[in-house]
Amino acid sequence: MLKVEGIEKSYNQGGLFSKNKQQVLKQVTFECQQGECLGIIGESGSGKSTLGRLILGIERPDCGTISLDGKDVQDRRVRMGNISAVFQNYTSSINPFLTVEAAIMEPMQAQQKLRKDQGNSEKVDLLLSQVGLDPSYRSKYPHELSGGEAQRVCIARAISTAPKLIVFDEAISSLDVSVQIQVLQLLKELKEIYKLSYVFITHDIQAAAYICDRVIIFREGQVVEIVPTKQLKDVQSDYAKRLLKHLITF
Amino acid sequence: MNIVEVEHLKVWDTNTGKVIIHNSSFEVKQGSCMAIVGESGSGKSVTCRAIMRLNKPWIRQSGTMLFQGEDLNQLSEPEMRRKRGKHLCMILQNGMSAFDPSCVIGVHIRETLQQHFGWNTRVIEQKIIHAMESVMLRHPREILNQYPHQLSGGMLQRIMIALALVLEPDLIIADEPTTALDTISQYEVVEQLIQLRERMGCSMMFISHDLGVVQKIADDVMVMKDGEIVERGSMHSVLTEPKHAYTQYLVSTRLELSNHFKALMQGES
Repeated sequence: MLKVEGIEKSYNQGGLFSKNKQQVLKQVTFECQQGECLGIIGESGSGKSTLGRLILGIERPDCGTISLDGKDVQDRRVRMGNISAVFQNYTSSINPFLTVEAAIMEPMQAQQKLRKDQGNSEKVDLLLSQVGLDPSYRSKYPHELSGGEAQRVCIARAISTAPKLIVFDEAISSLDVSVQIQVLQLLKELKEIYKLSYVFITHDIQAAAYICDRVIIFREGQVVEIVPTKQLKDVQSDYAKRLLKHLITF
Repeated sequence: MNIVEVEHLKVWDTNTGKVIIHNSSFEVKQGSCMAIVGESGSGKSVTCRAIMRLNKPWIRQSGTMLFQGEDLNQLSEPEMRRKRGKHLCMILQNGMSAFDPSCVIGVHIRETLQQHFGWNTRVIEQKIIHAMESVMLRHPREILNQYPHQLSGGMLQRIMIALALVLEPDLIIADEPTTALDTISQYEVVEQLIQLRERMGCSMMFISHDLGVVQKIADDVMVMKDGEIVERGSMHSVLTEPKHAYTQYLVSTRLELSNHFKALMQGES
């Protein structure tokens, strides 16, 4: 469904007139199937968030193509309602002037400019109950929510347009471990209900192993290894082995 | 012999009248490492900042906090400033905001060491480079000439540990030092913290919400919830036989995450 083919990306480094370029992504190619959860694991600075932004179409790759069902994601009509995102920083990803209700309705309203259908307000209740919040949250503002609650609102907003693909960029990394597990369970349930595909970007291998079907081990802008989660212990590359060895388990 | 004895510590916000920490009493033994665990908003960072007396001015505190037999609450601000850094050292969560962004790392380190020891620049450089090498930082001389934004979170965290090595404090307070780091740097920072304790024999207070890290480093554990201590004891007894329902909940959620992973790693080949 999602197809990433040979993308490269580099950023200018230094001043305005500097010619130095830092290559962030080098020849990245992979696919994500319908209903699959694909994990992207890498250290900080490995370019995994840049990859996430490229999939979301927020930035353009220097070369290569990213397509959803055969159509290029650079076209916003392809992205509209089909790709959603949940980011790490839950405090800054909801407009502080909007209530929870308005925040969840925002993407639906944007979509309805194209096709007219009503009944949003019942849908907000349904979405809130699906992410485990009760309707009393509708009139709250983001600063009144805890981290886990805010992240649930972000997830409700992401699923409101019934997308095909959701990109999670470190979506659970800044939550407490006990809340992480609740959010992960929620994501699993939602995936069944909506037949979603997930791209799950994280540095936490244990969380990725909990939810993903396949993981990509990513380093210095390159795919080191793509491995099904069930065979995670049989990783081939030295880097992946080192990563697993350095994990602190409980 | 206890290095820190806190009795009836109460912390409240004068703006809203809300009590953040109700009445906590605990002690840290000489040379041991005590971990404070709990979810965000449980008051674990506030407790530590209360010991350092670094809370915001509108947050007041009462109670006695004996540090090596001296009540920190009674000290004047200049006396407290001399204690901080040299006797009580804090390692913060976010390296980016812990260092002065407008000057290179070296300036910050020189300022700190000059204040406490009055060494000259050459001695300082020699000491800090030695310390940086021992926490596995490569090219220390170049790092001293870089700005905080040019370095990664793990490197900044290790620079803070190197600075603690030179200062040789009696008590180190580490406030979620590994939370913002990725797997490999988390492992390295935890290793460095363990070695730091072995080398200097100092006491440590370690705040974290990740029980995995706590298990690796701590001797004693204190569990906090909504500003109150719900359980306290040795690391082994608290984590294997938690008595309070909240501790059981914390342990079970953490176990669920790692059991799944362990099953994967041991499962069918």
